[in-house]
Amino acid sequence: MNTEQIAIDKIYREESGRILATLIRLLGSFDLAEEATQEAFAAALEQWPHQGTPMNPRAWLVSTGRNKAVDLLRRRARFENKREELQRLAAIEEQLALDPEDGVLIGEIETLSDPMQRDDRLRLIFTCCHPALMLEAQVALTLRTLCGLATDEIAKAFLVPTPTMARRLVRAKAKIRDARIPYRVPPKEELRDRLAAVTLVVYLVFNEGYNAASGDVMIRRELCAEAIRLGRLLWELLPREAETGGLLALMLLHDSRRDARMNGDEEIVLLEEQNRSLWKQEQIREGLALTETALRSAPPGPYSVQAAIAAVHARAKSAEETDWAQIAALYDVLLRLQPSPVIELNRAVAVAMVRGASEGIRLLNELELKGELRGYYLLPAARGDFSRRLNQWVAAADAYRQALSLVSNDAERRFLVKRLAEAESKME
Amino acid sequence: MQYLLLIYGNESHWDKKDAGERDRVLEEYGAFTQSVAKSGHLRGANELDTTSKATTVRIRDGKRLITDGPFAETKEQLGGYYLVEAKDLDEAIGIAARIPSVRWGSIEVRPIIPHEIPS
Repeated sequence: MNTEQIAIDKIYREESGRILATLIRLLGSFDLAEEATQEAFAAALEQWPHQGTPMNPRAWLVSTGRNKAVDLLRRRARFENKREELQRLAAIEEQLALDPEDGVLIGEIETLSDPMQRDDRLRLIFTCCHPALMLEAQVALTLRTLCGLATDEIAKAFLVPTPTMARRLVRAKAKIRDARIPYRVPPKEELRDRLAAVTLVVYLVFNEGYNAASGDVMIRRELCAEAIRLGRLLWELLPREAETGGLLALMLLHDSRRDARMNGDEEIVLLEEQNRSLWKQEQIREGLALTETALRSAPPGPYSVQAAIAAVHARAKSAEETDWAQIAALYDVLLRLQPSPVIELNRAVAVAMVRGASEGIRLLNELELKGELRGYYLLPAARGDFSRRLNQWVAAADAYRQALSLVSNDAERRFLVKRLAEAESKME
Repeated sequence: MQYLLLIYGNESHWDKKDAGERDRVLEEYGAFTQSVAKSGHLRGANELDTTSKATTVRIRDGKRLITDGPFAETKEQLGGYYLVEAKDLDEAIGIAARIPSVRWGSIEVRPIIPHEIPS
């Protein structure tokens, strides 16, 4: 590859999402903008080796994309006499006539005082994550448009056949078009709720990569990387919203343990047994700093508190030095923000570390009476762990057996099988 | 006295028809619409876009709940309608959220496919 091709490749990876976002605004259509983006990059590959890389590559690509779109529409309108194409063409040409300087072209509308209006990627992500779209469609569309993942990559990541994922994307874009979901950053009154939808999508993408039941290791890492990239974008564009910093911190801190979570045999390594020298310290430093900032923005939200919990683990040089009392207290805070039986379970685990396994068992019994965690394998797994710490091997074996009947993740299953074997061998 | 005539059909059956069949049906609709307009019976008519373009709006505990898809509660039944002009879905949702029943029932927001309908 010559230097121009390398440059174009880099620009594609870093900027194609942003270029697409601007073209969607200028052309008023996701599909047309996608075609235009591809054609613009194809033109760059053709022309830049001869003409050199332009001073402002992004502006060149957006401008070229728009021109290619106009050509496409003219061709289609002529041959198929499509009224829609003609209308869209008229709209674009009117826009060009009104704004010959192309001030709106490069997506940096400097004259606008509101920073949230300047970056087209914000418009794009809020549109992709609109609540009128199904959650799975929100996730797929975000990965496709903002992250540039191919349809079959997304399909593989979520374990559905490629045609199914393709249909999901087509349906989502059709709804955006035909129900007229507006391409904009939501107004101030709606921003908090809409941002919650966006952060949820990013969090889901991260979790899919972090906890994936099975599937390609490479794809899972890609998902975590993309989620972190999106998290950075959100934080960069909306730094005063506490949860964007909190979400990014949470993802960075979890991801910092990536290399220590599995051993060479694809087996789970529990947090307390992980080789902490494999934790990525630079990522941890960044995550800790972000957590602190997020917690100082009153009031902290659920992501910020979860990040704070991850931060306590990250700061501990060894498992024994973990400040479990602080973790338990943070879970109390989290429960007030986001009451949930799963969080109550996590809190019980933390409390057991502070007050002993018997107290843990007592809390689990209470949870079980409430009946909300039926079918959730981590409840009996926790009970197994507490019983194991108390050398109550019969109870531990029972609990691990129950957990095994509920688990679906292969790596988790192997872990539980080992624990069960240990408990059974120690029973009298 | 006025009556509302609600048209129900199987969307996937319609999808499976070929272009010729669909054009024939549309022609029939065109003829029928002209005829009821001429006879003075018509007060309004519209083709609704498919349920894949529908959005349902509810408010519970003061919180707006917006979901993709048509309303689908077996315990709720159609009770009324508003036909509105709105610049985009957000505006339409905003109007829907002000309908009193949104607090205990559901409002389905369905885009209309524009046709030339005689008044």
